[in-house]
Amino acid sequence: MTAAADKPHLSRAHMLDLLKQMIRIRHFEDKCAELYTQEKIRGFLHLYDGEEAVAVGVIPVLEERDRIVATYREHGHALVRGVPMKAVMAEMYGKQEGCSRGRGGSMHLFDAAHNFHGGNAIVGGGLPMAVGLALAEKMRNGDAVVACFFGEGAVAEGEFHESMNLAALWQLPVLFVCENNLYAMGTALALSESETDIHQKAACYKLAAEAVDGMDVVAVEAVARRAVRAVRESRKPYFLECRTYRLRAHSMFDAQLYREKAEVETWRHREPILRFHSWLQANNIIHADDVPRIEAEVDAEIAEAVAFAEAGTWEPLAELTRFTYAESGRPAGR
Amino acid sequence: MQQETARAETIEITYREAVKQAIRDAIKHDERVFLMGEDVGRYGGCYAVSKGLLAEFGPERIRDTPLSESGFTGAGIGAAMAGLRPIVELMTVNFSLLALDQIMNTAATVRHMSGNQFGVPLVIRMATGAGRQLAAQHSHSLEGWYAHIPGIKVLAPATLEDARGMLWTALQDPDPVLIFENVMLYNMTGKLAADAGAVDIEKAAVRRVGRDISFITYGGSLWKTLEAAETLAGAGIEAEVIDLRVLRPLDDATIMASIAKTRRAVIVDEGWRSGSVAAEVGMRIVEQAFWSLDAPIGRVCSEEVPIPYPAHLENAAIPQAEKIVTAAKAMLGKA
Repeated sequence: MTAAADKPHLSRAHMLDLLKQMIRIRHFEDKCAELYTQEKIRGFLHLYDGEEAVAVGVIPVLEERDRIVATYREHGHALVRGVPMKAVMAEMYGKQEGCSRGRGGSMHLFDAAHNFHGGNAIVGGGLPMAVGLALAEKMRNGDAVVACFFGEGAVAEGEFHESMNLAALWQLPVLFVCENNLYAMGTALALSESETDIHQKAACYKLAAEAVDGMDVVAVEAVARRAVRAVRESRKPYFLECRTYRLRAHSMFDAQLYREKAEVETWRHREPILRFHSWLQANNIIHADDVPRIEAEVDAEIAEAVAFAEAGTWEPLAELTRFTYAESGRPAGR
Repeated sequence: MQQETARAETIEITYREAVKQAIRDAIKHDERVFLMGEDVGRYGGCYAVSKGLLAEFGPERIRDTPLSESGFTGAGIGAAMAGLRPIVELMTVNFSLLALDQIMNTAATVRHMSGNQFGVPLVIRMATGAGRQLAAQHSHSLEGWYAHIPGIKVLAPATLEDARGMLWTALQDPDPVLIFENVMLYNMTGKLAADAGAVDIEKAAVRRVGRDISFITYGGSLWKTLEAAETLAGAGIEAEVIDLRVLRPLDDATIMASIAKTRRAVIVDEGWRSGSVAAEVGMRIVEQAFWSLDAPIGRVCSEEVPIPYPAHLENAAIPQAEKIVTAAKAMLGKA
């Protein structure tokens, strides 16, 4: 591998794909919000609106054999990873055709076939799991990478610090991706951290750490290529702080009393889809009919996913207590 | 004849050594198994269980960890999900509370919330119980708390056979298994079959057969209960002693079969009375064997106080043979 491999392939096809993946997540979640108001989707629904460039910049850089640990704001990660949109939507509905058989819902998307380890809704709770997945990889002399996504709110948890230390101490192949959207639910970063420069915390544990503009998908991809290659080759952890912003409420129950509308508006002008689209236009890379075509394709896929979820079935009540323990004759998960 | 002699061959061994041999055996026979915890390597284990294993197996498989209970328990979960078979040692049940998030919110839930795609075949061992004057942050018996949680299994080996044999079976289990080793048992010495191996982790065991009253207990209290039964035998009272062995899932059938015979039950539990394993067992007896009972169910549990430091108070706080004898005599009207 050479440094050239670290550079994003700035071909038109690749750039349109980056744009499409971000639009795909955005439109999917817009639909989810709509379905939530119709009470088709219940529980908590945490949208990724504004943060799409992080998942789209990082996840396609990973190999199939790599593993992903995500949070409860993980619809985008699952979709970019290749978890079928139909299965994700059915999961949102709680139907047994969902990617977690409907048992998890929005916050617990899992897919063993894609090495997608959830869907973890205890802030910071996924980090030790990522450390353990990487420990297993190291002990078996594998060359896979574990990518662990979490918000900056997790940084205040003890599990963050324990995991940073373990990953660096034991030299484990984990790529930590902190999606710093400036708010832990409703608490601003400056109100919860003495050191707001998040990647410095990881650096204190002797991890290679850097920050990147998480609203710039090309920049995220460039850094992710470098970071993933570093983890894969060095078998050491790496920390990426992606500076981003959540444009929508924390969840559907959030009145957003903790921030000014003007602040949200400011960020809306910097949001990743608009920004990348403008850049593509300014550089004459995108054609007038590209976005309408992408939107039509994405919307058709979403319509199909909704139809699939609508047609999905409810698990019979008789199966209520299944999957608490492994069932004899049925192998456990991998 | 010679063969029978060979089968009957026994060795003198401590509970501590039985646990160690179980760990050793597992690491030798399954390349996926490793031990991880605070001071398990160079120090040799807080209770000296893993002494010598580092030299035998090296630091990858006898892995010392920082004081990060949540971190390394979670790492055990991840490693188990990826196909390894970690044994995580937590120094004491009190410290395990620092890992409770990982045990409860991840290990116990992943199979269910992933729709059976991922399992956590992890074994967590920890010391439990009072008796060493370690006071209120090292001496509690919280097995009952863990037994509340669907998705995990909870074991309480009280005998040398179980100390030697439960670990291997637990490691074959596709789900998380917690093993509670009572600190007062580590020095217990006895005879163990030289070829002792895996035992079941499903059934309670009748450790003494009797007809007058059933004592239901587990862990460190088993030996006090057997002592009480011996005392009572001198007074003409034949007590049956059931060792639960497995606190989740409970083996109701063995308990109810005993109640059907003796018609009386005293539950002995080193946990606090309120919300205890004893409470659960008692309620199950009420649900399933109420009409068999000739007397209200009795309980000998720990007093509702953090475990104190002075020996006389510590001893008074937890079940003792005399208390069990007194409870049984009262129930039988022979006080």
